[in-house]
Amino acid sequence: MTQALAIHGLKKTYKGGLQALKGLDLQVQQGDFYALLGPNGAGKSTTIGIISSLVNKTEGKVEVFGYDLDTQLADVKRHIGLVPQEFNFNQFETVLQIVVNQAGYYGVPRALAKERAEKYLTQLGLWDKRNDRARTLSGGMKRRLMIARALLHEPKLLILDEPTAGVDIELRRSMWDYLTLINQQGITIILTTHYLEEAETLCRNIGIIDKGQIIENTSMKALLSKLNIETFVLDLAPHEHPIQLQGFTMRERGELTLEVDVPKERGLNAVFAQLSEQGIKVLSMRNKSNRLEELFVDLVEQGRQQKEPAQ
Amino acid sequence: MNLTALRTIWIKECTRFLRIWVQTLVPPAITMTLYFIIFGNLIGQRIGEMGGVSYMEFIVPGLIMMSVITNAYSNVASSFFSAKFQRNIEEMLVSPVSTMTIILGYVGGGVARALIVAVVVTVVASFFVPLNIQHYGLIAITVILTATLFALGGLINAVFAKTFDDISIIPTFVLTPLTYLGGVFYSITLLPQFWQTVSQANPIIYMVNAFRYGFIGVSDINPWLALGVLMLFNAAFLAVAWTLLNRGVGIRS
Repeated sequence: MTQALAIHGLKKTYKGGLQALKGLDLQVQQGDFYALLGPNGAGKSTTIGIISSLVNKTEGKVEVFGYDLDTQLADVKRHIGLVPQEFNFNQFETVLQIVVNQAGYYGVPRALAKERAEKYLTQLGLWDKRNDRARTLSGGMKRRLMIARALLHEPKLLILDEPTAGVDIELRRSMWDYLTLINQQGITIILTTHYLEEAETLCRNIGIIDKGQIIENTSMKALLSKLNIETFVLDLAPHEHPIQLQGFTMRERGELTLEVDVPKERGLNAVFAQLSEQGIKVLSMRNKSNRLEELFVDLVEQGRQQKEPAQ
Repeated sequence: MNLTALRTIWIKECTRFLRIWVQTLVPPAITMTLYFIIFGNLIGQRIGEMGGVSYMEFIVPGLIMMSVITNAYSNVASSFFSAKFQRNIEEMLVSPVSTMTIILGYVGGGVARALIVAVVVTVVASFFVPLNIQHYGLIAITVILTATLFALGGLINAVFAKTFDDISIIPTFVLTPLTYLGGVFYSITLLPQFWQTVSQANPIIYMVNAFRYGFIGVSDINPWLALGVLMLFNAAFLAVAWTLLNRGVGIRS
């Protein structure tokens, strides 16, 4: 099957000499929901900029659904819908003008563009706002407007650069539902985000980029399986004796709260068994922090340590 | 050529200047009315005839041309720079619109505004002096070529501009002096021979004179030579604009 995106040896050096990409390789399969993660300045936005032809590459090869960025640019563009990180529409135009014009740039006739505008603006809860000027919309509405605009020419690959930045939780979840729905309908999605929970919830595969190179490219499942130790927070019922846990690292946070590091191979049963033997009742339990976040920090750190001797 | 995209850009551009008509269409009418009253009427009566017609009749074509130049230039310069500034130029850059389509769409918008302003100023002029137009075809060709040339100029200016100040420098320090020295208010035959020769290096002389020939049948320059110069400049400016946008100067990193 043709890959939705295939990047080989992508390099970008900006005019000032900054080398943003140092030979990046990346493949995304058709129908995938792919997360591209990385710290600030890692090269995520440069990569997206090159794919969407907003940034000129220095070296390397990019193919979108088999079309070459260098020789079949118009075909590449037709297959991509871009939702950029920053609002980049004319604030003085109406919602309808923005989406219909965008369709026009792709050669979609005006009558068809209006039909599609109604469909996508309705799906994203913006049809009632179609005659409002973009500057009057809330931040969340502006984000949804950019998604509607990117879908109007019905691309096969949707690229979203931090689509839920600054969006409240309720709206973020409704956007997740929508993105999941269109992915199920066959649109390949590539997403960059700082919310690792978002990547964990939505994406099947993940690439971690740091200092212009991919340091991890795997499935979300395989990545999470690398996580060996998880920290749990236990809320306890009042008890008389001090707590003792053999074989686990633990920290008492206040009188009735306990933090325990649990290695995967040992599991939680041993923790509960020991507490039960001491007559201590566990009232509730939760993960201390996002698992993916810990793993992400570890991977970036490991990648940097491996590179340092060569520098 | 993607005609749907071209039509979209052109309609968007026209919608923009029509939406802000108080800023785009009214000022030239007011400014030109003042020129007609002060230069044409009050001062013109003392000057008498120029080029075989009343002074008022002599300056009308030049003043229309001045409005055309200013409006074609500023429309494209400010619209394209705003699109860069607000980054909505990216809407076009990510889509399969060719460089030539983008140029023609923006230039078409500038020409449309210039032509509307030309009609408005001509109507205003007709209240001050009866217009006996000699060559309609020449007027049409000259005004379209001039508007296209300065719309292209505005586009090139906007490509290089990094701040809003940068799109007012050329109109203030280059266009205005060249227009005032371009035979709008006088016949270059009034100048000493040396300055007549120097004046011929000013491209606006050719536009104003070809346009004036269309109105009153009198010109300091052969109108066919003027049209040739205009076409040459248009071709050169189009080539420069296409090269710059194709290379992504000022719009792609």
